[in-house]
Amino acid sequence: MNNTDQEMKMIQAINITKSFGAHVVLDEVNLEVKKGEVIAIIGPSGSGKSTLLRCFNGLEEIDSGEIIIEGDSFSHKNEKHQKDRIGNKAKREIAKKLGMVFQHFNLFPHMTVLGNVIEAPATVLGLKKADVIKTAEAILDKVGLLDKKNAYPSKISGGQKQRVAIARALGMNPDIMLFDEPTSALDPELIGEVQKVISDLAKEKMTMLIVTHEMRFAGEVADRIIFMDDGKIIEDGKPEQIFNNPEHPRIKTFIDKISGKETE
Amino acid sequence: MENYLQYVADSTVFILEGSVLTIQLYAVTIIFAIPLGIVLALMKISKFNILRYLLSFYTWVFRGTPLLLQLFFTYYGLSIIGISLQPFTAAALTFVINYSAYLTEIYRAGIESIDKGQYEAAKALNMDYVQTMRRIILPQVVRRTIPPTCNEAINLVKDTALVVVIGMGDLLRSAKEIFSRDFAITPFAIAAVIYLLMTTVIVYFFRKLEDKYSIYE
Repeated sequence: MNNTDQEMKMIQAINITKSFGAHVVLDEVNLEVKKGEVIAIIGPSGSGKSTLLRCFNGLEEIDSGEIIIEGDSFSHKNEKHQKDRIGNKAKREIAKKLGMVFQHFNLFPHMTVLGNVIEAPATVLGLKKADVIKTAEAILDKVGLLDKKNAYPSKISGGQKQRVAIARALGMNPDIMLFDEPTSALDPELIGEVQKVISDLAKEKMTMLIVTHEMRFAGEVADRIIFMDDGKIIEDGKPEQIFNNPEHPRIKTFIDKISGKETE
Repeated sequence: MENYLQYVADSTVFILEGSVLTIQLYAVTIIFAIPLGIVLALMKISKFNILRYLLSFYTWVFRGTPLLLQLFFTYYGLSIIGISLQPFTAAALTFVINYSAYLTEIYRAGIESIDKGQYEAAKALNMDYVQTMRRIILPQVVRRTIPPTCNEAINLVKDTALVVVIGMGDLLRSAKEIFSRDFAITPFAIAAVIYLLMTTVIVYFFRKLEDKYSIYE
């Protein structure tokens, strides 16, 4: 990877705010994500982690601020209830660059594993079915599920479901992957297989944002860790710094509490 | 005995001739009412308030008044204001509109029962509204609404008998004609058997459909 590549900004969030009713979920958040970076977002429940992620691909609309994806403005508003300056068509085009994985997988139950992966490339991108299937099979092989390609989601385990969900997002060939608590709904013994797939993607230099409560995993996979509390990013740094030397006392309390839970 | 068998055979043929109309009306209603119900359900959950109010009014009226009255209205009522419809047209129109009202509510509930995660996954995969509905939501809605749709399909078989009131010769009317002539119970028994055969076929068809769709559960 050359220097300009590394400096390329995949996501820029500028002063973004978002509230649900009177509750402020994102409070003037600023963030920059460089190409190939893996960022873990941690923090207490309700701190705005998931909402931040969901704003980046348009699942939530920001109230104000600007989101720029790979240099293109994706969302730009001055105040709530104002119309976004970026039209829906442009938004959809930009959103193609982001893939998302959900806590509860959200697989399409009426389609097989392969059907889930080929659906969007075939329907949205209009690619030739034979090509789409070939690519999808290669991706399924990568996540170790080629032998399950004809199974329906109801017939596979949670860990396998989440790996299919990752494969499905990769099928659209995104530049950025967003993971919203990808292992929170899994039984402990199934977490590892999903984390391994994410680690493999990190090795391939996929740009990723991962909301997680798994501190050990965050420390291993992430280049940067962001700690959010009450709608704000209160610390942003290398894992060692966050875990060993946080500036904010709140972080230490949180990490001790979470880690205590993990050893239980 | 032989005479009686001959009588039953003749009566059956006569009643079956009347059944042709029943089946025609049935087919027309099903073919139009199901797609119309799906489209109206989608409109009813849309963000256009006027559309939603209009459709609420529509389901309120057509589910809240007797089908018989609606039939009178389209056939006799409309003719007073100069719109004279053929009996079959009037019957088909009434049945389609009436059954669509029920089906609209069935499919609306079906659509609303789909987890919002399905919409989010589709959106995250860049699917637009039409793609999401056609490929992701409606196939699941169809599966979930097979049992209530089957109920409506069975009701419809029996409701078709109402067309006698606008002078149409259907299955039941043929049976009634034989009864009036012979004062015998046999034609009613034959009619009952034919109705039962029709509903059996319908139930069988919907069960097959359910089996086909249940492979993913």
